[in-house]
Amino acid sequence: MSSPQNPMPQAAPAWQGTAASPHAGYTSPIPVVRTHLGHALVSEWTKIRSVRSTVWTLGVFVLLVLGIGLLTGVVVSSSSSEMSSADNPLTLGFFGLLLGSICLITLGVLTTASEYGTGMIRTTMTACPSRGRVLAAKALVFFLVAFTTTLVSSVLVAFAQTAMLGGSGVRQPSGAEWLKGTVGVSLYLALLGLLSLVVGSILRHSAGAITIMIGVVLAPLVIALFMFTQSLEKVRTALIDYSIPNQLSVFYSNSLTHSGPSGWDPLWIVLAVTALAFAGAWALLRQRDV
Amino acid sequence: MIELEGLTKRYGDKLAVDGLTFTVRPGTVTGFLGPNGAGKSTTMRMILGLDHPTSGDVRIDGRHYDRLRDPLTAIGALLDAKAVHGGRSARNHLLCLAQSNGIPDGRVEEVLDTVGLTSVARKKAKGFSLGMSQRLGIAGALLGDPRILMFDEPVNGLDPEGIHWIRSLMQSLAAQGRTVFVSSHLMSEMALTAEHLVVIGQGRLLADTSMADFIEQNSRSYVRVRSPQREQLLDVLHGAGITVVEAGGGLLEIDGGKAEHIGELAARHHVVLHELSPRQSSLEEAFMRLTAESVEYHAHADPAEREWAAGWKTEV
Repeated sequence: MSSPQNPMPQAAPAWQGTAASPHAGYTSPIPVVRTHLGHALVSEWTKIRSVRSTVWTLGVFVLLVLGIGLLTGVVVSSSSSEMSSADNPLTLGFFGLLLGSICLITLGVLTTASEYGTGMIRTTMTACPSRGRVLAAKALVFFLVAFTTTLVSSVLVAFAQTAMLGGSGVRQPSGAEWLKGTVGVSLYLALLGLLSLVVGSILRHSAGAITIMIGVVLAPLVIALFMFTQSLEKVRTALIDYSIPNQLSVFYSNSLTHSGPSGWDPLWIVLAVTALAFAGAWALLRQRDV
Repeated sequence: MIELEGLTKRYGDKLAVDGLTFTVRPGTVTGFLGPNGAGKSTTMRMILGLDHPTSGDVRIDGRHYDRLRDPLTAIGALLDAKAVHGGRSARNHLLCLAQSNGIPDGRVEEVLDTVGLTSVARKKAKGFSLGMSQRLGIAGALLGDPRILMFDEPVNGLDPEGIHWIRSLMQSLAAQGRTVFVSSHLMSEMALTAEHLVVIGQGRLLADTSMADFIEQNSRSYVRVRSPQREQLLDVLHGAGITVVEAGGGLLEIDGGKAEHIGELAARHHVVLHELSPRQSSLEEAFMRLTAESVEYHAHADPAEREWAAGWKTEV
């Protein structure tokens, strides 16, 4: 035991601003490292790969994209007359990716919200008090994982489908179609997942955030289906045009309508929405108690 | 060194922490004591920058927590043993913490060994008992070999062997010159580990003193007396100018009195005594008395609590 204490340490302590330790009675042999985003990225990569939910969501995603893609390929190629030579053969990848998007939404939400559910967030924020850095690292790691997984699955499906349909007189897709049907959709879906991650950070509740994101994906289209009134025609068209399934189909030039977004528009829309939500989540994260 | 200055936290109407000013110094174990809901955990969360203070300031070695360049090597904390992702193994949990601060991966095995979790390092944290979770939390706190350690109720859920282990761990950490700040609601636990004591109640500072001084000031020695001729005895004692405190159940307590003196007095007046014993109130009682008073300052104290607090006060 060491020296006796001053019984009543009173009044304002003299703040010592210097890093050199006038107070420290102990110096660790472990070298002091000035932490930066790189450390946070490595840490988040370890986190995302060390939980079962990542394996499950991405596994189901790949299974859906490949399974449904190959099935539709088989069905369509066996009845050759169905696709005209004008159609984009990559279109058949759409169904698997649409269903798979729910997996990416789930993983995105869990990346942030599960830390609030388990209390891990307090440990994370203690280890890295720069909250913006934590959010940025999570976003970057998740985005790269989601983008890579989607890109690999969509390319595989695209190759399989063009090979299957090649014999039945369907044309080969153009270079621009290849780009949109693989890189384009992958960027779109990874950003949709990132938006979910951001919503998870704002709501701090996994089930709530997943429900909201699935609602965002499905509700506009479902609501529009039941808008029969003439006076609501414009609303109905807008809902369909900007519904996420329709925006996704734009990448295959296969839109439900002829108005609304076209070309690369959906990507810019989801990018803008995600950027706004990210800024909001960043501000909230700095302001709120953990 | 942890320095708090007028640290205050308000949740809506409730003042959880009310103008705390004290300093936690290196080289000793400082106990942070208060009943449940006194604001201990909130104070610790503010020290770690998790909660923003409503007013006031807290610094770690002269810096705000979020300005620390190397948070885990500056301060290691165990706030809540269950603050881990249950699906992650103990090793991976510690690994992601180490990586976030650029701590060599080898430290993970070292701290797992220190807390005795090496054999379950690959097991998922959700299967851990509370005691194992506490050990994992302590491993996380030790990861950066920090200058300051902060533990919130670390003995909760530990078995006697574990409690003994954490006590000697804290004392050896302090002996190495580190700052050790540990909270508890058990005075008896603190009496065994801490050299310095900070007591809070209802968010306010009640005592900031060395353990030795606290014991000296607060341990009350008294004589306990029981007699079938109670009224007669009271008259005799009053006659001798001795103040008696009624302790209930027919027991009388005489503060600072000498048993011999009271025995002789009773014999002289032919009063029969069934019990005459010199006693020392425990630190636990001293702590309860200290915090009970803090409850009394508030007019809307719970009736049961008030009655309990009043037990210390009834003078005959």
